[in-house]
Amino acid sequence: MTALAAIIRRDIRIALRAGGGAMIGVLFFLSVVVVMPFALGPDLALLKRIGPAILWLGALLASLLTLDRLFTADQDDGSLDLIVMSRTPLELACAAKALAHWLAAGVPLIVATPIVGILLNLDADATFAVALTLLVGTPALTFTGMIGAALAVTLRRGGLLLAVVVLPLSIPVLIFGVAASNAAVLKPDAFGTPFSILCALSLVSFVIGPFAAAASLRQGLD
Amino acid sequence: MSLIDLANPTRFLALATRVLPWLAAATAILLAVGLYLSALAPDDYQQGATVKIMFIHVPNAWLSMFVWGVMSIAALGTLVWRHPLADVAAKAAAPIGAAFTFLALVTGSLWGRPMWGTYWEWDARLTSVLILFLMYLGLMALWRAVDDPSRAARAAAVLTLVGAINIPIIKFSVEWWNTLHQGASVIRAGGPTMDRAFLIPLLVMAIAFSLLFVTLHLAAMRNEILRRRIRTLQMMQASRQGV
Repeated sequence: MTALAAIIRRDIRIALRAGGGAMIGVLFFLSVVVVMPFALGPDLALLKRIGPAILWLGALLASLLTLDRLFTADQDDGSLDLIVMSRTPLELACAAKALAHWLAAGVPLIVATPIVGILLNLDADATFAVALTLLVGTPALTFTGMIGAALAVTLRRGGLLLAVVVLPLSIPVLIFGVAASNAAVLKPDAFGTPFSILCALSLVSFVIGPFAAAASLRQGLD
Repeated sequence: MSLIDLANPTRFLALATRVLPWLAAATAILLAVGLYLSALAPDDYQQGATVKIMFIHVPNAWLSMFVWGVMSIAALGTLVWRHPLADVAAKAAAPIGAAFTFLALVTGSLWGRPMWGTYWEWDARLTSVLILFLMYLGLMALWRAVDDPSRAARAAAVLTLVGAINIPIIKFSVEWWNTLHQGASVIRAGGPTMDRAFLIPLLVMAIAFSLLFVTLHLAAMRNEILRRRIRTLQMMQASRQGV
């Protein structure tokens, strides 16, 4: 337990330190959202309608961008080998690393959502709904993305490969995240159903992600 | 001869060389019969002659999913039983599966043009097959990303199994997503239960395409084994020259 807590504390501290890159994710998220109106035109009604989708897309891309660092930094300085060889089960260590990554890179996105929500003309209810779905859905993005990160680190050059491999797997999260957010904006649709399925997707990813990532690390680093 | 005996690549090569001509001949005959029956099949009262695309389309779509199943079993073979031919089987199957998926998409959209009035519709089935195609391409990219075959094999095996778990989830969510956006405005394939005149050619074609897959897969596995032998010989020669 203390080993896992140590991994989480260490990863968060490294991520928040200068050169850690957690804040670059938020900045990227902000940039993607700000660039969108230039492509779509400054139509506030349109932005309000597709705002949740833009926010979800931004979060997806930002999480892909930061996932690359999940294992590569540890591999560069050799600590990944120590984690693989240590007595702590590798599955739990992977889960701890993903949790730390989500705390450092995912939570800032959710905190930033109200600010970018204003730029997209979302009202308070819609912003709250998007933030809530992101809170529930981004862990699934991190935990499924971790599989891609683990595959990419064993192959040594996998930045783009990670995106190609992970994007199809994250389609369900995107579908239900946007569906739940839209349901809150357009009142008649039910919010509960897509939201529950989103929760279920996150829970499934908690199980599959660490096992698949640990399997790929164990097989790949020899 | 059990699966263990085939672990010896030389024995497998001998078997493949013996079986392949027969398989190829059976495939050719069945394909010819199937195509003949398809050509004889009557036109549909609604779809006209375009219904005959189905005889090509449905076997391809069926195989696109079946090949992922074959690769999943091979992935288990790589990770669990460490069967030496499992990763060869997985690697050889990926491009064939991608080709079947691509053909299913192309024939489907060729059918959709006169029937739906558009080459592409974000219909639940089409979309999930498209995602399957993307996953095949991602898997092939993973295979090509490393030059050491056994290292690539284990990474690809993990991804194949994760994909096998995820494909039903993706299919379900795409169906949900589609029905949320629009009702069943698209003409559903099939309609009333299929008539015998269509069912028999379809079954013959399905068997023919399955045999085609087995033939191509065996041939691709043989090529892959030979390719690896050449690679080993080249590396041995290079290291000898280095000394």
